[in-house]
Amino acid sequence: MSDAGSNAPVLTNDGVPLKVSLQRALRREKLRAFLLIAPLLIFILITFVLPIADMLFRSVENGIVADTIPQTIKSLSDWDPSTGELPGEPTYAALHADLSVAVKSKTHTRLGSRLNYEISGASSLFRKTGRRIKKMDEGNYKEQFLKADKKWGDIAYWRVIRQFGARYTAGYFLNAVDAENTGDGVQFRPEDEQIYLFLFGRTMFLSVSITVSCLLLGYPIAFLLANIKVRTSNLLMILVLLPFWTSLLVRTSAWKVLLQQQGVINDFLVWTGLISDAGRLVMINNQTGTIIAMTHILLPFMILPLFSVMKTISPSYVRAAKSMGANDWTAFWRIYFPQSIPGIGAGAILVFILSIGFYITPELVGGTSGIFISNRIAYHISSSLNWGLAAALGVMLLAMVMVLFYVYDKIVGIDNVKLG
Amino acid sequence: MAALPPYASPAQRTWHYTFRIICGLIFFFLIFPIMVIVPLSFNSLPFFTFTPEMLRLDPAGYSLINYKDFFTNPDWNNALRNSVTIAPVATLLATSIGTLAAIGLSQSHVPFRSAIMAILISPMIVPLIISAAGMYFFYSRIGLQGTYLGVVLAHAALGTPFVIITVTATLVGFDRSLTRAAASMGANPVTTFFKVQLPLIVPGVISGALFAFITSFDEVVVVLFLGSAGQKTLPWQMFTGLREQISPTILAVATLMVAISIALLTTLEFLRRRSERLRGLTPA
Repeated sequence: MSDAGSNAPVLTNDGVPLKVSLQRALRREKLRAFLLIAPLLIFILITFVLPIADMLFRSVENGIVADTIPQTIKSLSDWDPSTGELPGEPTYAALHADLSVAVKSKTHTRLGSRLNYEISGASSLFRKTGRRIKKMDEGNYKEQFLKADKKWGDIAYWRVIRQFGARYTAGYFLNAVDAENTGDGVQFRPEDEQIYLFLFGRTMFLSVSITVSCLLLGYPIAFLLANIKVRTSNLLMILVLLPFWTSLLVRTSAWKVLLQQQGVINDFLVWTGLISDAGRLVMINNQTGTIIAMTHILLPFMILPLFSVMKTISPSYVRAAKSMGANDWTAFWRIYFPQSIPGIGAGAILVFILSIGFYITPELVGGTSGIFISNRIAYHISSSLNWGLAAALGVMLLAMVMVLFYVYDKIVGIDNVKLG
Repeated sequence: MAALPPYASPAQRTWHYTFRIICGLIFFFLIFPIMVIVPLSFNSLPFFTFTPEMLRLDPAGYSLINYKDFFTNPDWNNALRNSVTIAPVATLLATSIGTLAAIGLSQSHVPFRSAIMAILISPMIVPLIISAAGMYFFYSRIGLQGTYLGVVLAHAALGTPFVIITVTATLVGFDRSLTRAAASMGANPVTTFFKVQLPLIVPGVISGALFAFITSFDEVVVVLFLGSAGQKTLPWQMFTGLREQISPTILAVATLMVAISIALLTTLEFLRRRSERLRGLTPA
């Protein structure tokens, strides 16, 4: 703090050097700001970030095999599946010991359903063996197991048990990209069995279609709103904001009502004679339904950023171009359009990010051909109960969104997100 | 685009009107689906289209039967009750801690500001299905899955980013010397906050609260996974209705929800105009 003129530190009223006093004040201010932020930060960390982290963990976690049959896994570690021989008697004895415990706590069925994701038949194998395990006599377990279920003589099951004995697995992720580890390296499933890659592809395709249709419909509206009198544009803006504020389910149900075969649009078309009563259009429960409804739902998210960029474009550039002989089209295309590109970028990324994670609308109007990867995630959580696979698919979707969001942040900045 | 100049060529004239017609059609696309459900909700027959009676404007074609069903059916009553007990609590929680955090974030010396901001905004960015999946896994570990508290906490988390954004936007125009003046006259920080700062940023806080409210009130994905039958909200009931047996009562519910959206939109617009007017008066 020493000035060029004097070396003595400047003191405040109470004799503390000004520098020290200032630093103390700054530190107090920082602390206060932090104390104000802390409740929300802790709240979000616990209620939101931790659950996401838990999902990341679940996508690789695989404790169930090692926890349920620990001795078997240990004994399998020195078994070499490539010899083509079944494991020896000690392994069967270990399996007996493990399963006796597991049957008591009824965890063997959970293990069965876990392994069933990897090899079909595992679930019934464990249930069946579980019923027999109490009746087994001591000694010569291998024979008794083979008698209980001949699948215990199938080396494929042992290979799977050994492979998934590890605490962490990439198995869910491999599954999520339609691949599997067959014991000798990672292999993709045959083309006609690839469901997830296909679904990711379709999610991408539909999201791009929706983004493009939002852009085509949104650009003229934003242009009109930005170039008319403020009072009129405020009024017309309500027509954009009302759908924005209307519940997603209300809009989805409206489309469900409109697009049905006995719905308003088909009735109108039949009435005008454009289509015959027998030839009513199928516009719902397919990709058309998803695209129409989601374009309507996401259109405001395209118009609002476009509008806020277009409002800042000065009309004098276009006027200057025209005064120099450009026709309307050239003036628009060479002068106005390039200046509106940041708005296009912001709107398009926003719509794209929102649409690849959509669940409700595709579920209700998409049928089977118009569903997204989200619908598959929901299916694995609530119907097939394969949570690990749901988590792995979720992590992949999240990674895609994060990359897009990083781009969005670079173009627009998180702080510049505007609402309403 | 403003008015057509008197020297415009016929081609320009044609394009001018064509463009307006195109825009008119797009506006129609935006607003028609929402507006069409209003008359359809008064259908006296359980159809999802206009009956000949309705088109003739015959009073016999209209009735309040769908509304009557909504207000008497126990399923819908239950859903309504759940919605109005979950959303306000989630809103209150999100708005109070969100406003505090926004004030903290707007101070000049906040370490790791952008990292904190990214974390706080994340519930808005992450696709709902992923939030729902994560929360479902985690909340069932800690016993919050299927509880009222779990749903409220989840909805509050989803609503806070909106509060942060709206309140931060209001604070950008906030004149810091006002709080300094209050402090120099002996007011402690708490008094300064309630007497000076809060009254000035209240429009931002209210619009943030409205966003948080509508987030919770409309939310269906998270509650679908996190809630149990006891937390069935209106959107959830609508979702099951649409997926399983679509009943015309949904149209009545949808109309009521459109009315709520219009009310919210009007309030927000009023707040926006008010704050614009106030800002115009006070030198920033």
